[in-house]
Amino acid sequence: MINKVVANADEAIQDISSGMTLMLGGFGLCGIPENCINALVNKGIDQLTCISNNAGVDDFGIGLMLRKRQVKKMISSYVGENAEFERQLLSGELEVELVPQGTLATRCMAAGYGMPAIFTPAGVGTEVAQGKEIRNFNGKDYLMEMAFDADFAIVKAWKGDTAGNLIFRSTARNFNPVMAMAGKITIAEVEHLVEVGELDPDQIHTPGIYVHRIFQGKDYEKRIEQRTVRPKE
Amino acid sequence: MLDKTGIAKRIAKEIKDGYYVNLGIGIPTLVANYIPEGINIVLQSENGLLGMGPFPFEGEEDPDLINAGKQTITTLPGSSIFDSAMSFGMIRSQKVDLTILGAMEVSENGDIANWKIPGKMVKGMGGAMDLVASAKNIIVAMQHVNKAGESKLLSECSLPLTGVKCVKKIVTELAVLEIASGGGFRLLERAPGVSVEEIRKATTGKLIIEGEIPEMQI
Repeated sequence: MINKVVANADEAIQDISSGMTLMLGGFGLCGIPENCINALVNKGIDQLTCISNNAGVDDFGIGLMLRKRQVKKMISSYVGENAEFERQLLSGELEVELVPQGTLATRCMAAGYGMPAIFTPAGVGTEVAQGKEIRNFNGKDYLMEMAFDADFAIVKAWKGDTAGNLIFRSTARNFNPVMAMAGKITIAEVEHLVEVGELDPDQIHTPGIYVHRIFQGKDYEKRIEQRTVRPKE
Repeated sequence: MLDKTGIAKRIAKEIKDGYYVNLGIGIPTLVANYIPEGINIVLQSENGLLGMGPFPFEGEEDPDLINAGKQTITTLPGSSIFDSAMSFGMIRSQKVDLTILGAMEVSENGDIANWKIPGKMVKGMGGAMDLVASAKNIIVAMQHVNKAGESKLLSECSLPLTGVKCVKKIVTELAVLEIASGGGFRLLERAPGVSVEEIRKATTGKLIIEGEIPEMQI
């Protein structure tokens, strides 16, 4: 088996440089690549284009990169919960492309499946459709949306083996598998790195062919955005 | 007049046995609490879960298990988990029977605006544009008028649209209305204690009133 293991986040991101386009997995703060985000913040590169469903919160996740002004452009579906983001956006310091969530996921999927574009009804008749080709299939209008082209995809998985096979846990799966498929180079950080043979091939969510570098992450904070509970009966 | 709970209770009556349902943030989320006895449904959360269960007991929160509102939740026997592309695949291919969501404005031809106030609020559309573009049945849960006292049921939306000609039904604190096929808000039911005249005053778009309008049964 090909060994994809690198020592840590710093080694995994060593050749990411200013001006690149990155995909970052996660939904809200759930399933985000915490180790790599911290390494990117420490590396201090800037002018990045980040494709991620959300932009973190003010002091966690991609919010940390925004605070250091490392992001030139965000491509996201929902960016609430981040005051610094809203400030940079309204002042024009930050470029933002808001993309319907299903379109975002499917543009990742298209890249991973080797398809240049998709057709989706999401956004027809809205400002999202401006400047885009519209095709009518069976009486309904669809927008042509292009597959993403990202230099790196950075994902977080629950388990992975040294060959890069990944298993996600619960709703921390979200965008991670489709982004893993979509990067020119894909980096996976995992909570549990195991030897080949320890994962059941039938249970693999992302085959190792899509993953170029993998490492055992550490010190996961796994912050909860909206802690909602019910009283014990 | 209904409170938020009342709106949720009235919408719950629209849900049929065997439905897969996507609930938006806010009042729609409350609908889950009032599903009638004997009606079995599955809640879809677009971050990648079918079979959304109740909030966890205190101390049992799992940071890896959230809903699309980023709240900690639980699974149920029979739940399944999938990635974001598949989640919107099942939405786009109309496997989800009913979408219930909030709105800032609805127009008399069924257009909806709920994601942006230019120059003021930029949070994004999340999954709303995908949901409204594909759902077979869309019910809007909202207040009839905004905080400034202006009607949210208009001839045409003034805010940037989320989707066009997609809303089927609207439940507010005052009334249940449906979008008529030729355009217009057809008044179906009045909230308890609310007169047709009050609804007419609160509705800027074309209101269609045919015969006696019954009071809601909740």
